[in-house]
Amino acid sequence: MKATVANDTILKVENLEMLFPLTKGLLSRQYASVRAVDNISFEVTKGKTFGLVGESGCGKTTTGKCILRILEPTAGRVLYNGVDITKMPRKELKQYRRELQMIFQDPYGSLDPRQSASSMLKEALTIGQTKKLTGEINDRIEELLVLVGLNTEMKVRYPHELSGGQRQRLGIARALACDPKLIVCDEPVSALDVSIQAQIINLFERLQEELELTYVFVAHDLAVVRHIAERIGVMYLGHLVEVLDSSDLFQNSMHPYTKALLSAVPTIDYYAEKSRNRILLEGEVPSPINAPSGCPFHPRCKYATEQCKKQRPELTDRGGEHMVACHNV
Amino acid sequence: MGERLLEVKNLRTSFFTVAGEVKAVNGISYYLDKQEIIAIVGESGCGKSVSQKSMVQLIQMPPGKILGGEVLFEGKNLLDYAPTSKEIQSVRGAGISFIFQEPMTALNPVYTVGNQLVEVIRNHKKCSKAEAWKIGVQALRDVAIPDPEKRMRNYPFELSGGMRQRILIAICVACNSKVIIADEPTTALDVTIQAQVMELLQQIVERKKTSLVIVTHNLGLVTRYAQRIYVMYAGRIIESGTTEELITKPRHPYTKGLLNSVPKLDQTGSEKLIPIDGTPPSLVNLPDQCAFLPRCPYACDKCRNSMFPELRSVEGENHFVACHRDIVEDRT
Amino acid sequence: MSEHLGKDITMEEWVKLESKRRRKDAAKQFFRIFFGRGWLSKCCLVVLVVFILAAVFCPLLTVYSPYEQSLIDALQGPSREHLLGTDNLGRDLLTRTMYGARISLCTGLLSSLIAMVIGVTLGLIAGYFGKFVSGVIMRVVDAQLSIPPLILTMCLAAIFGGSILSISIIIGISSVPMYVRMVYGQVLSLRENDYVAAADLIGQNKLKIMFKHLLPNCFATIIVLFTGNVGISIMIEAGLAYLGIGITAPTPAWGTMVSEGYNYFMFKPALALVPGIALMLLIISLNIVGDGLRDALDPRLRGKL
Repeated sequence: MKATVANDTILKVENLEMLFPLTKGLLSRQYASVRAVDNISFEVTKGKTFGLVGESGCGKTTTGKCILRILEPTAGRVLYNGVDITKMPRKELKQYRRELQMIFQDPYGSLDPRQSASSMLKEALTIGQTKKLTGEINDRIEELLVLVGLNTEMKVRYPHELSGGQRQRLGIARALACDPKLIVCDEPVSALDVSIQAQIINLFERLQEELELTYVFVAHDLAVVRHIAERIGVMYLGHLVEVLDSSDLFQNSMHPYTKALLSAVPTIDYYAEKSRNRILLEGEVPSPINAPSGCPFHPRCKYATEQCKKQRPELTDRGGEHMVACHNV
Repeated sequence: MGERLLEVKNLRTSFFTVAGEVKAVNGISYYLDKQEIIAIVGESGCGKSVSQKSMVQLIQMPPGKILGGEVLFEGKNLLDYAPTSKEIQSVRGAGISFIFQEPMTALNPVYTVGNQLVEVIRNHKKCSKAEAWKIGVQALRDVAIPDPEKRMRNYPFELSGGMRQRILIAICVACNSKVIIADEPTTALDVTIQAQVMELLQQIVERKKTSLVIVTHNLGLVTRYAQRIYVMYAGRIIESGTTEELITKPRHPYTKGLLNSVPKLDQTGSEKLIPIDGTPPSLVNLPDQCAFLPRCPYACDKCRNSMFPELRSVEGENHFVACHRDIVEDRT
Repeated sequence: MSEHLGKDITMEEWVKLESKRRRKDAAKQFFRIFFGRGWLSKCCLVVLVVFILAAVFCPLLTVYSPYEQSLIDALQGPSREHLLGTDNLGRDLLTRTMYGARISLCTGLLSSLIAMVIGVTLGLIAGYFGKFVSGVIMRVVDAQLSIPPLILTMCLAAIFGGSILSISIIIGISSVPMYVRMVYGQVLSLRENDYVAAADLIGQNKLKIMFKHLLPNCFATIIVLFTGNVGISIMIEAGLAYLGIGITAPTPAWGTMVSEGYNYFMFKPALALVPGIALMLLIISLNIVGDGLRDALDPRLRGKL
């Protein structure tokens, strides 16, 4: 059943929910559940980048994995090009499998230590595809390596012989080997040095232009997400608290959590830093097992009222597609 | 000017491995005054962590070896003493203490927080267990940990990353350290917790009159909190100065490259990042010329034919650069 | 482009040359560590090689048969015809010891191989498929572990008789749980690695993921287990033979020889001591050479090929 979406929306997430049951005892009796992702909805435009940002435990990585069905969501729908892929049986999903790829955070754990670069790319190129000639495959492998900025001689190397940045490039090459349309990037630059981060970010942007890719960019670094994404979703404790254009992020954000997050990120603009208003949040992020009632942010929010404690705010459009989930804004 | 609290002169540390001599610290000099916050900035592999650990001889020898230089702490050269001597033991903790990056592994998981605090306190002060316990509770209160008595009985795994980092700071406070060296103290923490921990460190510096050395690669962090910055590359200091000078008028191509490669949160345009080409050099068999030469967009024949440039003073307050060329960039 | 610069070669040729160079480097590294562990390990390697040669070539090395009795020559001391003397039935002791080496090494290797193949497969399946499948497999393994191994092997030997093959199978089966548990644990943690999720994303099927991505990364653990297991299997076999189970007289298993020779301990202690000391030397040298093998392979396996 096709749902009606705008022509250029490549991905639509509707009321996505991911519950992890907590069990106790010999018979695995469930006594509670972790609401890792709690009723998330957003849209991603083709050829653009949607940034999912938040601190650890907010559910952004889980959301990314649910979109690709690495984890099976417990409720909600994921519509890829209008087609509901959430509950699709594995056999049917196969045709879309290669169009939806992921780039992982850990450049050390995302590559099989016993596979050389060429072997890995060969595997990615040949699974489920019509038989190609060895010459064709080799050519394509070299093309991919050059595309991600690696030397073709690196094809014989094993992961431990590559630096962090090179491994990440190889991971990107593997994803590209499948001719993807949408790539979920899970914190792809967090583990890299500053100067290498910039190189990889530029690579992402170049590839997006050349290959018309769409990204869902999951990260905790606000500056990186602001730079690469056109639209940003801020997550807290499994909820989307604000969705806005990245150009609005610094000046026009409305949700108290987003503002606190922005204030906590130091910039390199010296004079601006000295004159900035700092909002310090008290306390820690609560555990998702004991999520607070009503608005998940209310225990730490300066503006919390009785209504905030009881009623969970919905994401509503405040004008210009700027969505905020807050009673007091 | 008087005696500086901490002054390092020409410190050199190398590791002798199968692959050759790794010159982790290749002649660095810096100083620290009372109640000052300085930052040592550089990427991984530039030798910043090793340089700090060398000060109190915390590196593994072999294969490491402190080859030379002076570390003058309150006038005494720490390198004159053996690592196991009483003088060094008493400096570690009470004089100079460390906060490391991974709060998950810095605390012993099989002992309670209270146990570990008491052990450290009694190491540096002659007192009974009960007295040490009281000092510990007060230290926890000083770092704004709620319910300190209860926390003393917790095991590290029962506490979050931010909480553990505060406990490490509490340990420094309990020993009344004169210098706290924070080696990437916030990298493993969430953004809002990072802010809390850094604010706390700033308060400790003010209230307890300690000095702080922040070792990090996060330029935003040092812009906000540090008063002076030293930039390290391939085992050497290549630029130093006050934060204002360095961040607004960087002189060394590496510093400039770093500042250009960080995405800016407060801009709305989509300017491209300008990364530094290439990768950081391996510290084995470093050439005699400038270590940044292969990656430098301003490299010229003079750079190629000369030895490594020494730090020289440039205009601006307390600003030193190790570069053969003179490139001024104003980022105000 | 390293050492192959200066010549005009195509990419394929360079890849071939480069791979060959890497293999040579890896082999050099292997032998450097394997042989560089001191005089003890070199001695043990020599001892092991001697035993292996004896086991393989014993028909050529001796004119006697281990079964041929000659009561006239019984219980003789060492002489030019019989280097270690004879036993109570006139059989040459040295010959029987060499044939015993053959039996011990065969059963040791065979049983370890059987245990490895069965155990690793079960461990992989249990670890990767999880939930119901792993539950069933692990409980069966637990059930087997709850039976004392000696009783288990004795019962099975009583049922299936005492040829080398059946004893190897029996000892192999009793060693399976060890492999299953170790591999199961390894796979549980390897499964969480991103590259497994990536393999799933590029469309790889579950079977291929198991054998292409998970199994090779378990090699280190498996080899460690295997080298230790060979020694243990030899000990179990000797122990069973000593008890008269499995391989029985007149087959020259060391355990049987020790048990028979014990009766003549007062007159000729060599009858029991020689096979006993041979057993001890073989197992010790196996263990120490196994250590060396593990060390030599470990840094290679840990990320390298």
